[in-house]
Amino acid sequence: MSIYLNKDSRIIVQGMTGGMGSKHTALMLDAGTNIVGGVNARKAGTTVELGGQELPVFGTVKEAMAETGADVSVVFVPPAFTKDACIEAVDAGIGLLVVITEGVPVQDTAEVWSYLQGKPTRMIGPNCPGIITPGESLAGITPHTIAGKGPIGLVSKSGTLTYQMMYELKDFGFSTAIGIGGDPIVGTTHIDALAAFEADPETRAIVMIGEIGGDAEERAAAYIKEHVTKPVVGYVAGFTAPEGKTMGHAGAIVSGSSGTAAAKKEALEAVGVKVGKTPSETAELMREILSS
Amino acid sequence: MDLMEYQAKELFAKHGVPVTLGIVATTPEEARAAAEQLGVVVVKAQVKAGGRGKAGGVKLARTPDEAFEHANAILGMTIKDLPVHRVLIAPAASIEEEYYFSFLLDRANRRYLCIASVEGGVEIEEVAKTNPDAVKQIPVDPGSGVDEEKARAIVEEAGFPAALTDQAVAMVQALWRVFVDEDATLVEVNPLARLEGDVLEALDGKVSLDDNADFRHQDHAVFEMKEETDPLEAQAKEKGLNYVKLDGEVGIIGNGAGLVMSTLDVVAYAGERHGGVKPANFLDIGGGANAQVMADGLDVILGDDQVKAVFVNVFGGITACDEVANGIKGALEILGDHATKPLVVRLDGNNVDKGRAILEELGHPLVTQVDTMDGAADRAAELAQA
Repeated sequence: MSIYLNKDSRIIVQGMTGGMGSKHTALMLDAGTNIVGGVNARKAGTTVELGGQELPVFGTVKEAMAETGADVSVVFVPPAFTKDACIEAVDAGIGLLVVITEGVPVQDTAEVWSYLQGKPTRMIGPNCPGIITPGESLAGITPHTIAGKGPIGLVSKSGTLTYQMMYELKDFGFSTAIGIGGDPIVGTTHIDALAAFEADPETRAIVMIGEIGGDAEERAAAYIKEHVTKPVVGYVAGFTAPEGKTMGHAGAIVSGSSGTAAAKKEALEAVGVKVGKTPSETAELMREILSS
Repeated sequence: MDLMEYQAKELFAKHGVPVTLGIVATTPEEARAAAEQLGVVVVKAQVKAGGRGKAGGVKLARTPDEAFEHANAILGMTIKDLPVHRVLIAPAASIEEEYYFSFLLDRANRRYLCIASVEGGVEIEEVAKTNPDAVKQIPVDPGSGVDEEKARAIVEEAGFPAALTDQAVAMVQALWRVFVDEDATLVEVNPLARLEGDVLEALDGKVSLDDNADFRHQDHAVFEMKEETDPLEAQAKEKGLNYVKLDGEVGIIGNGAGLVMSTLDVVAYAGERHGGVKPANFLDIGGGANAQVMADGLDVILGDDQVKAVFVNVFGGITACDEVANGIKGALEILGDHATKPLVVRLDGNNVDKGRAILEELGHPLVTQVDTMDGAADRAAELAQA
């Protein structure tokens, strides 16, 4: 088992013919992902050879879904076109929409989020590494070679910290690792992933990685207290970040006294989540839980 | 990007928000000349910080000479660590009542929020504490936005006086246009004033713009204050680097925003054991750690006189460590004699053995390799203390 993504997932790539799209489509194929095609209105009807496979290019997401039975779309289109690409996928009724693109205007994301209310689409991202269920499927850019299958569920705002944590715990492995993205508004939150991991029988314990900005970690802490019975260890980045400065991720900013790493750590610890001081210490905490 | 008051007011005027622009002055002489033109004026420090009034950065001037004196005192002041380089000379207004109004991004609820209060403008934080019911919070759906009907509902809920209703409805719609048409994450009017004769006017303005939307707002480039930006940050921006200057001795280069933030923290912890040294900067070089990017990054960091040692922390995810190692090697060649400070490198992940071997073979006297992030942070802090 896993969350959101498994070996039966049939994936299309919006922006497959672009630089990022083609590079990562090949890597996704390499990870064993069932990629069934791509979407590019200007190259409809052609095929692209990636990773030794001939992949069909469709004019629209709707057509791609009808022809291939795709239920997941990974979006690599540039920021200026991301909103339209997402709305097209939502209209087509895609089940899972993984938006890798960094630099999407937040009002575009807000509109997409509003648009998909009441519709069957789950959005992950934008500005995220996507989701990997090791050994089964990869929808995104997480290197599949870092770690294999195992009992840990991982949810993180950061790509490289996801990779680092998977690497530190590679001897245990992961049920699913999901990067939810570092933007102020994202489609899937820590809470969504915590709920899914709690319900997933193969996930024994959860690593949650947060960073400065907003109050998603505080709300996740409140959720853990009420709804999560599995052990959770946490890590929060950005203790040294100054107020009012955006630290790389659009959403990573301390505003006044809100959004600080200290407040997030405190909220998590208050509900019994052990929070590591460094990524290595966090991995060590998880190691202790899984070894006991 | 946060705008200064006079810039926010320019956007207000563009979208039909009632506002008096005033005149921007950078010298006391200019302030006097502006006051000669405008009569009784308020001299207002232009910095991107709240609490300007309390800091003494806002003064009434009845005569041009007073405007000169106040400008002379305010220019050169520092408000919340920000030096004041310009003042806004605004005609004094006869205020009957003060209100508060804003549109902002509501991250937690993934929509927008309108906050309005007809009780007290400037003291809004105080009102929110003592009389929270007087501060109305009205959700705005990003899909449907604010049309005339929604604007009327907002004005009604906020409780604007009947005599101002139509003006308020028009103003709410105009502020909404500022919010959406300019891709803002915050549009705030505080105070929004009822002037003599029941005229509604925005007496102050605060706007934060979404940098991610710059590609569709070429006209926003004029708002960037080159002389207000830290010179190293300006140099980094020119090279397309994601750099934030901090106050410390250990320069940091890493890949991925989360890992770099984490690196700063780990260095700060290590610094506690080494004379309290701190991280000097945030610098995320992203995925493509080639020689030129690495050289540009090192060049910016070595330009910071406070830096005593540099920590390069890379986890090879998609990027391969051998590429990064070659990047470091190439960067040292490009920089030549400019590279003067010790470099602690931690490589891990994809192709780590090849990467470490390349640096091993290079044997550069400035480069030390440490295998773990925590260990490398400790070594970098130790070198920075020496």
